[in-house]
Amino acid sequence: MSELLKVNDLHVSVEDGEILHGINLSVNPGETHVIMGPNGAGKSTLGYSIMGNNHYQVNSGKIFFKGEDITELSATDRAKSGIFLTFQNPIEIPGISLSNFIKNAYDTKNGSRSKLWDFRKLLEKYMEKLNMDKSYANRDLNVGFSGGEKKKAEILQMLMLKPDLAILDETDSGLDVDAVRTVSDGVKAFHENGDGALVIITHSTRILESLDVDYTHILVNGKIVATGDASLVDEINANGFEKYLED
Amino acid sequence: MEKKEKTYVEDVDRSLYDFRNVDEDVYKVEEGLTPEIVKQISKEKNDPEWMTEFRLKSLEIYNNKPMSNWGPPIDGLDIDNIVTYVKPKNNKMSADWNEVPEDIKSTFEKLGIPQAERESLAGVGAQYDSELVYHNVREEVAAQGVIYTDLESAMHGEYADMIKEHFMKLITPDDHKFAALHGAVWSGGSFVYVPPGVSVEIPLQSYFRLNAPGAGQFEHTLIIVDEGADLHFIEGCSAPKYNVANLHAGAVELFVGKNAKLRYSTIENWSKNMYNLNTKRAVVEEGGTMEWVSGSFGSHTSYLYPMTILKGDDSKVEFTGITFAGEGQDLDTGLKVVHVGERTLSTVNTKSISKSGGISTFRSAVVIGPKAKGAKSAVDCSSLMLDDISRSDTIPVMEVNCDDADVGHEAKIGRISDEAIFYLMSRGISEEDARAMIVSGFADNVSKELPLEYAVEMNNLIRIEMVGSIG
Ligand SMILES: Nc1ncnc2c1ncn2[C@@H]1O[C@H](COP(=O)(O)OP(=O)(O)OP(=O)(O)O)[C@@H](O)[C@H]1O
Ligand SMILES: [Mg+2]
Repeated sequence: MSELLKVNDLHVSVEDGEILHGINLSVNPGETHVIMGPNGAGKSTLGYSIMGNNHYQVNSGKIFFKGEDITELSATDRAKSGIFLTFQNPIEIPGISLSNFIKNAYDTKNGSRSKLWDFRKLLEKYMEKLNMDKSYANRDLNVGFSGGEKKKAEILQMLMLKPDLAILDETDSGLDVDAVRTVSDGVKAFHENGDGALVIITHSTRILESLDVDYTHILVNGKIVATGDASLVDEINANGFEKYLED
Repeated sequence: MEKKEKTYVEDVDRSLYDFRNVDEDVYKVEEGLTPEIVKQISKEKNDPEWMTEFRLKSLEIYNNKPMSNWGPPIDGLDIDNIVTYVKPKNNKMSADWNEVPEDIKSTFEKLGIPQAERESLAGVGAQYDSELVYHNVREEVAAQGVIYTDLESAMHGEYADMIKEHFMKLITPDDHKFAALHGAVWSGGSFVYVPPGVSVEIPLQSYFRLNAPGAGQFEHTLIIVDEGADLHFIEGCSAPKYNVANLHAGAVELFVGKNAKLRYSTIENWSKNMYNLNTKRAVVEEGGTMEWVSGSFGSHTSYLYPMTILKGDDSKVEFTGITFAGEGQDLDTGLKVVHVGERTLSTVNTKSISKSGGISTFRSAVVIGPKAKGAKSAVDCSSLMLDDISRSDTIPVMEVNCDDADVGHEAKIGRISDEAIFYLMSRGISEEDARAMIVSGFADNVSKELPLEYAVEMNNLIRIEMVGSIG
């Protein structure tokens, strides 16, 4: 099979300024990619662009998913075809419980209405795996959740929705040591149970500990300036981005 | 049209409310308002003499009162073009749906009323244009001594004195122009009396349907909940859309006795050619509780400010409301609370939503009287604007005449955020559903207060409103 995701010379701007200046990226089914880069480099922008946030405008270039040009598709359709993004800052939505929200998305994705009981059992299974208190299922989506709890709720959604490609935007930041391990295990389970590919945006290595990284990309100033294997992560950790910054 | 049940389906379409019946063989008065027309209505209704006089007096007051000079414009409403009394053909109120004329019966069936009656109501009244076509109360409730009937027949029966004593005493024709109009041409509505200590376990419901184009509906609801009694009353209303103005100027008078409790829920879904100038008022005796739950979705223009007088010590009121103003709607809603007794308590929680150029204005007026020591009032209103062309305002007024009182007001005005919509869409939810979810979520603490099928209906109405809202 051809690539799962292919990003071709993507230029993206937000408000007036261009943020991404020609990104190329190929992800095959089952692969794990890591994207690192300094603050403000455009990592989240890339995630948003792949997910289809129309606040971020594609000036040129194309995005293909499963061989199909999705550059013009809505976020809804992209999600339906199997793309998922965990948000760096998940949004609080009052009046919708976490459980109802996920059920809505889950049923939409599966094209049928699941039995409440079966759904709840599955949800609780994953909540347990993520060390989340069951009572969170009935709380309003992200409202009053701590930073770490929000991140877990994102991973919970990923586990329930089983996308073909999950982009994790700094899912590990804000998590305590134990929580990083829990989340990392959750991500690993997602990865191993299906053929789910991962694009992990991160500043740290701990979330990667239980995962096999296939590729590492360094994103600086809206461009991918280097691509390597797992060892590149360690190199960045040791030396920082200095050598990749233009002067 | 295929048959659909109103409150039990996922997506209701507008046709559920918009269907109209052709009115043939109906009896109606001439358009406009003259003493002759008022006398004609009075005769048609077989009023006792005092009522005929009351009507004529009200008409005089009406003619001498100026139009209000605040609030949304009502220029589109010309009383000279309104038919104030329309009696459905072969009308006779019945306690058996099978005796209700077929097209009228099918109207209420489409609205889900007989079904709701079987499943979850203690009694139902159904008004079609100016007259009640159906009124019934469950035997076991009637056996408790609960009276639930139309005002007209009650005026001639055992409760004649009670009605004379209470009718338009809380809302008087002097209050404002449309209260006077109501006094002159009122017709239909319900009378409820709950005797001391009686608790009505499941709700009573009256449903008002205005079918005739260019007509007015002026029903009068009078509820007396005696000492220690408890009642939940539901009021529903709708009308098909016409391109001429219709007018609704009903009046609701509620008397909550000592330690009694009344919950009054309304889902108002008038069509968008309706001028809804409705007046509602409650007086609460010592230790009594009044609860208002109010959903305003329809009408072209609304003036609606239920008022509660907390007369007795330790009486309280809770008000939960939602207003949804869409294209071409100017909904001016709110409430008024007058704290008279000591340690009286008012809690207000409202939400207003505006979209596609709709205007929703929320006015709250809290008056703390000089003797209301230890009174407490908390008003909380939030509004959500779904686009840049819609408007939402909150206008709080507080008048505190007692230094030992605790009065608080909080208002939040916000917009639906693109980021939140994108967040939901990124989970595969359509843009339309995402918006509807956010709006339903915003309204959630209000819908929780509604009886289940009304909560479902409210969410359906929100969904209907949201369809096509994506520009
Ligand atoms: N909605 C927006 N409006 C205006 N500017 C934006 C918006 N989103 C991103 N930017 C700008 O685009 C640039 C890239 O932002 P982005 O969030 O993609 O960086 P990042 O690599 O994810 O950084 P971090 O590591 O801090 O999360 C920044 O200069 C940021 O200010
Ligand atoms: Mg970022």
